[in-house]
Amino acid sequence: MALFVKTLKLYQLRSRQKRGVCVRWLHIALAASLLFSPLVYAQNTPLISGGVGFFTSTNGGNTTYIPAISPLIQAPITKRLQVESRAYLLDAFFPNGKGYDTSHFVALTYLQASYFANPHVTVVGGLFLSPFGTYTERLSPIWISNFQDAPLIVPIGTGTGAGLGGMLRGNAYSNGKVSIDYTAYFSARSANQQFNASRSTGFRVNAYLPKPRLEMGVSYGRLLQGTNANAVGFHVWWLPPNTAFKMRSEYAHTTHVQGYWFETDYRLSRFGGTESIVGRLEPVFRMQQTFRNAPDATDGLSAQNTQRADFGLDYYLPHNVRINTSYSRQFSASGNRNIWQTGIVYRFLFPAWRGK
Amino acid sequence: MKIFKWILLWQILVASFVVLAQSSTTSATQTSRSQKQQVQKQPPVNDGERIFTQNCSRCHNAPDGFSPRIAGSVVRHMRVRANLSEKDAQAVLRFFNP
Repeated sequence: MALFVKTLKLYQLRSRQKRGVCVRWLHIALAASLLFSPLVYAQNTPLISGGVGFFTSTNGGNTTYIPAISPLIQAPITKRLQVESRAYLLDAFFPNGKGYDTSHFVALTYLQASYFANPHVTVVGGLFLSPFGTYTERLSPIWISNFQDAPLIVPIGTGTGAGLGGMLRGNAYSNGKVSIDYTAYFSARSANQQFNASRSTGFRVNAYLPKPRLEMGVSYGRLLQGTNANAVGFHVWWLPPNTAFKMRSEYAHTTHVQGYWFETDYRLSRFGGTESIVGRLEPVFRMQQTFRNAPDATDGLSAQNTQRADFGLDYYLPHNVRINTSYSRQFSASGNRNIWQTGIVYRFLFPAWRGK
Repeated sequence: MKIFKWILLWQILVASFVVLAQSSTTSATQTSRSQKQQVQKQPPVNDGERIFTQNCSRCHNAPDGFSPRIAGSVVRHMRVRANLSEKDAQAVLRFFNP
């Protein structure tokens, strides 16, 4: 018994330490950005942004309540240099009939310094979001994503979701008819809990046609450790002009698994504008499938072929508050299941300090 | 698997309907306005607004509003995240703070 109590205390201490490490990094990032930002002029005040939300999820009959916050700090240091960081903190509550079991999760999502070398090249160093595909970089923030769950294929090419090293990115060419941008990165291996990353390299190239509002892109990633797996991805986004309709899709393939997702949403702003009661509604649909040709525990995907359809309804309240609801049906050889999810998210964005 | 084929088919039909409906509404509106446009020249499109719509709005809606003191920081964040060129970033900044 004494041993159990001792172990529990040690666990609690470690848990606090883990949270402490993350909070400490956030403090360091904030302090560094504020202390070393002599170039804080007119429009370049450091900002604090992010989302705070409360989510519920019932997956196969098991319910979870999750209050979460994802703060983002961004600070210009000089005219060409800036530092930014985002973290994710949540507590999960699982009803057990007598009360609740809880678990904590604190993670640094990214902490990067960006240097604008010239009009078309930005050099990024630090812990950065994996640029493979589109979801992790663009749609993963809780105040952006239409669904609580990430697509099933997200682990393909992204590994831990972040890289630790350097990245070159920028806009290669842009005019009124086409815009081409690129991202190339190298990540070192790191087992540090808050800077967890795999040794890997890769790139992404996008072409965007403003007139039809069509984007096409290709991603490549190579793991330089363990299985040395290659990953290839394609994405197509189409947001037809003069409509509120959006279609995003992505396909990814790696050694033993491949899959796709596509998502459509349509804000009903035609019915009285975006501020009307109906115009604040946004039906969302996502469909996804994964296909496995051999078992591989390292790729992070389900061991079975999986099909899933997500039906969602989002409601945009005033003052940057959004309600997300969804029902998903998942089919897999390991068992079919229903997933019900609801959430409310407030997105905040303000200067780091008061000013005139 | 059959259910997925039906869902896929349904989605394609709904998407096609929505796009067709929107484009027909737009073209009708454009036709009715065409005479006015002949007389009155359309004002030049704001480059910053166009770049904002084409790049930032691809992923998220614009926030309800924010302090002009952080406009530059927001644009710098978007320059990295959306791979904007320097020229485009400056146009978006002018759109935020004309």
